Amino acid sequence: MITGTRTISLEIDGRPVTVPEGTTLYDAARQLDVEIPVLCHDPRMRPVGVCRMCVVDVGERVLAAACVRKAADGMSVITRSDKIERCRKTLTELLLSDYPEGSAREQKSADDLLLQLARDYGIEGRAPSLPRGNGRPQDDSSPVIAVDHSACILCDRCIRGCDEIQHNDVIGRTGKGYGSRISFDLDNPMGESTCVACGECAAVCPTGALTVKPITVPIEADRPLETVDSVCPYCGVGCAITYHVDREKNAVARAEGRDSPASESRLCVKGRFGFDYAKHPQRLTTPLIRRDDYYPKGPLSSDVKGERRKKPGGLVDYDEVMPAFREATWEEALDLAASRLKAIRDEFGPSTLAGFGSAKCSNEEAYLFQKLVRAVFGTNNIDHCTRLCHASSVAALLETIGSGAVTNVFSDVRNADVAIVTGSNTTENHPVAATFIKDAASKGTTLIVIDSRETGIARHAHHFLQIEPGSDVALYNAMMHVMIEEDLIKHDYIARYTEGFEELKGLVARYTPEVAAKICGVSADKIAEVARIFGKANAAIIYWGMGISQHTHGTDNARCLISLALLSGNIGRPGTGLHPLRGQNNVQGASDAGLIPMVYPDYQNVASEEARQKFEEAWGVPLDPNPGLTVVEIIGGALDGSIKGMYMMGENPFLSDPNVNKVRKALASLEFLCVQDIFLTETAEFADVILPATSFFEKTGTYTNSDRRVQVGQVTLEAPGEARLDWEIVCEIATRMGYPMSYDSASAIFEEFTSLAPSYSGLDYDNLKPTGKLWPCPDPETSDGVQLLFGDGFPTSSGRGKFVPVDYQPAAELPDDEYPFVLNTGRMLEHWHTGTMTRRAKALHAIEPEAVCQMNPQDLQAMGLEPGTLVTLTTRRGTITLKVRSAPSVARGNVFMPFHFREASANILTNDVLDPHGKIPEYKFCAVKVEKA
Amino acid sequence: MSDGLHPAVVSAQPSQRDEKNPDAPLFEGEYQDRLEKILSRYPFKRAALLPVLNMAQQVRGWISPDTIKRVAEILELSPAYVRSVASFYTMFQLRPAGKYLIQVCTGIGCDLCGAEDVVEGLLKATGTRIGETSADGKYTVVEVECLAGCGFPTMVQINDRMYENVKAEDVEGLLKELD
Repeated sequence: MITGTRTISLEIDGRPVTVPEGTTLYDAARQLDVEIPVLCHDPRMRPVGVCRMCVVDVGERVLAAACVRKAADGMSVITRSDKIERCRKTLTELLLSDYPEGSAREQKSADDLLLQLARDYGIEGRAPSLPRGNGRPQDDSSPVIAVDHSACILCDRCIRGCDEIQHNDVIGRTGKGYGSRISFDLDNPMGESTCVACGECAAVCPTGALTVKPITVPIEADRPLETVDSVCPYCGVGCAITYHVDREKNAVARAEGRDSPASESRLCVKGRFGFDYAKHPQRLTTPLIRRDDYYPKGPLSSDVKGERRKKPGGLVDYDEVMPAFREATWEEALDLAASRLKAIRDEFGPSTLAGFGSAKCSNEEAYLFQKLVRAVFGTNNIDHCTRLCHASSVAALLETIGSGAVTNVFSDVRNADVAIVTGSNTTENHPVAATFIKDAASKGTTLIVIDSRETGIARHAHHFLQIEPGSDVALYNAMMHVMIEEDLIKHDYIARYTEGFEELKGLVARYTPEVAAKICGVSADKIAEVARIFGKANAAIIYWGMGISQHTHGTDNARCLISLALLSGNIGRPGTGLHPLRGQNNVQGASDAGLIPMVYPDYQNVASEEARQKFEEAWGVPLDPNPGLTVVEIIGGALDGSIKGMYMMGENPFLSDPNVNKVRKALASLEFLCVQDIFLTETAEFADVILPATSFFEKTGTYTNSDRRVQVGQVTLEAPGEARLDWEIVCEIATRMGYPMSYDSASAIFEEFTSLAPSYSGLDYDNLKPTGKLWPCPDPETSDGVQLLFGDGFPTSSGRGKFVPVDYQPAAELPDDEYPFVLNTGRMLEHWHTGTMTRRAKALHAIEPEAVCQMNPQDLQAMGLEPGTLVTLTTRRGTITLKVRSAPSVARGNVFMPFHFREASANILTNDVLDPHGKIPEYKFCAVKVEKA
Repeated sequence: MSDGLHPAVVSAQPSQRDEKNPDAPLFEGEYQDRLEKILSRYPFKRAALLPVLNMAQQVRGWISPDTIKRVAEILELSPAYVRSVASFYTMFQLRPAGKYLIQVCTGIGCDLCGAEDVVEGLLKATGTRIGETSADGKYTVVEVECLAGCGFPTMVQINDRMYENVKAEDVEGLLKELD
């Protein structure tokens, strides 16, 4: 660790070098491009000096390990001499003496460091005088990581990777002397331990001890693999990845973390092992048209009909759905889709059409799709799944600080004194962002976690407040009450940069900690304690997720968090900020690109005359001045006949929208539905035309992560069959509807988008490589973009941030005698949203193959339920049957279930009541009954 | 019986008692007080790991997976770390032992003076294999590295009593003495 600003001058191999005090000899040598061989050391980790391969001569009696030895003034260091080389060679020989014949790393990727050293020192085979074979076992229990204890040299890298990079704390050592080896938890097989399969251990292991297993195609060193630098297709963290591609088989063989400011080479299980969905045999490869005898339209598969499924497993049975469709040519399918949409537009008016885009599509696709709906359909009825995740957060942010994006990047938690994580299951939903938070918490940042579930991140918290579901507003009001009462607020900041303080003060005066304690189920003292900790912090950062936003009072929840930050002046400085963690890889970008009914690209208001004129001019057609309908409103419109035709690009509302039984009726009653997707989704069963699209891996595009980092995803694989690029399909439909649209490439679309979106101004495909840029980026040639926003005022009409005081309101549907439990829905680490991708990813499916819900062990006991038994969950809207798992993290009286599973869809149960501002449904709260199935 | 076959030392804070209670509640009552006393001696919780493990073994007779999880929770460490430390010291039993835990030093000194014969004799007399507990639940024989009595080989420790200069022919008498 660099401890001082003083510098040290020394000589390495006769060359002078000056380094900051505290620099190790290894790092000082690197500054001179002098490579010192290492086994146990990795520059990303705390040096431990156990392998001694890096020994150098510093003129003392014995050699010193360069990775741990600090540089000293006047030191003269020799990195290579006969003595040193002899020493290194002997070490290598000793390590090789019981090294197994075939190193898995050498066979898979030819980068076994120990064997590399052996080659460097000309060691062929093992010294015959040394004993052979340590007889340590293999451990094949993990579906994704192969463990060969016999190839382990006990360098400690995996332990530090697990503990210090990912902070999962799974790996230790067992035994001593010759019998010692690495162990998982209590020396369990890896697959039975608490390992979350992030693969960091295999990524840092220098030998064949820990290696990634092949997923679909073999990983063999003598099989040439091509590398493609891209990003991860899953969450909003946007980890940079290098894919190793088998061209012959047109498949990704393995994924490797790539260094970028967002992810620092880290990955989670989905990014590292969940890439094979693109190669699944169920991919759509030809356009499909519904057969005449399958009208009137209705669900096709037993799951979507709501019947007992005929075959086990979690995927759609194509035998049930395919007979309803016939293959068609692109010409026929596109003509049909365009003519039907055009006919509906011309007969019933533009506002009877609507489009759902997707936050999994690129900025270019999102931009073009909303252009199609606005300029060609002639309506603002365009929305996407962000409505279902952070719409309320964005509504609150736009209202109070004038911008919906994060004010700081997640990794800046390292500069925060205090971090609040609330309503976010960060370790499962944003695993790599969570590593930064966990790391900061271990190095001095006080971590406060507020959640109704004791999530993984809560276990790293210094203060964990397990509040009653939906009681957030009361808690935050009470915290602000304490901060104002005890004068822990920043008067200067409030006076200079905010408005509405008196109103806030007046409202929160009623929320004493005692009042809040009764609502939240947390003691008044604890509430006051965390308020003081937050109020006294020099720099505090706030992260939140769906636990805040997916409520009927989601906007209110977010308003409170914003008020907390404004009250304490925690915006615009290092270690401060507001960070709603974005779910999908392109939630931020899809919103930026205008997949929102009220705003054009870059949040330019459709109701603003000026903005409308700008876009009318750019697109050359008159535009609808009225804001359009949101996701749930569009589904409602389909049900009552006011929406007649829909085009969906990569969206699966059947599983993702609340109250499935209503969605089913709505989709069936649409006059025309065109679905563009990579698989035949639940939603596509109601389609008239299905267009086979390209997956993330088969296209180029930009994706904007949770930090506002715009990154380029590159073509990795060839598209299957006749599948076409999404933007090309959109152009074809637009052209056939009488609005000629054509582009040469994705970058040409990006150019048009950035010309209309001031926040993206200056960015292009060249300057975005290799690790992207944060928007805004006034000087893309020299800077990484603006990390901290709003250090000096806000983009609101008054230039000030606005306090919006709000009262606590309970959830819309409270538990009662008939439905006594609270149902909370969310995600799990291994799966992604409606499961379309992850349930077709072999490794992820192997880890979590079936639908489950979670309940507190005491509730299970009280009801006489064994973990693993089938239960039925019933709400006023529907019933599902699935297995129950015992989870102490779930509070008594609560049920948690992921919404990934078509065979037990959580959204059959959820309540489609909306937040009045963000129009987001209350996914996180409804009353449910639990019975033994 | 040869000279010196007698309990040479008995530990002041025994870590292995004759009476073992694997289900005993941990860190409650007097043990809660002792835990707090131990914690008060150290600047941070991690430093208290060895004495806390020692106490846990005293209470339960061995360091069970449950014990490891509980200790990890109390000291805010990962279970993997606690197990790593526990597995390093032969004094910590990671498997349940019989009423008499018989530890035979097979370090270099004792080994040269016939430790292996002592081990063999003990295994034969108790009808067990290394680390196993005899069918009657009475004996568990294990090999250990050093019992800090290299001048008196072979060293044997039975629960908390040390025996010096043990020879193979002493085994029978030794076991008899226990009952």
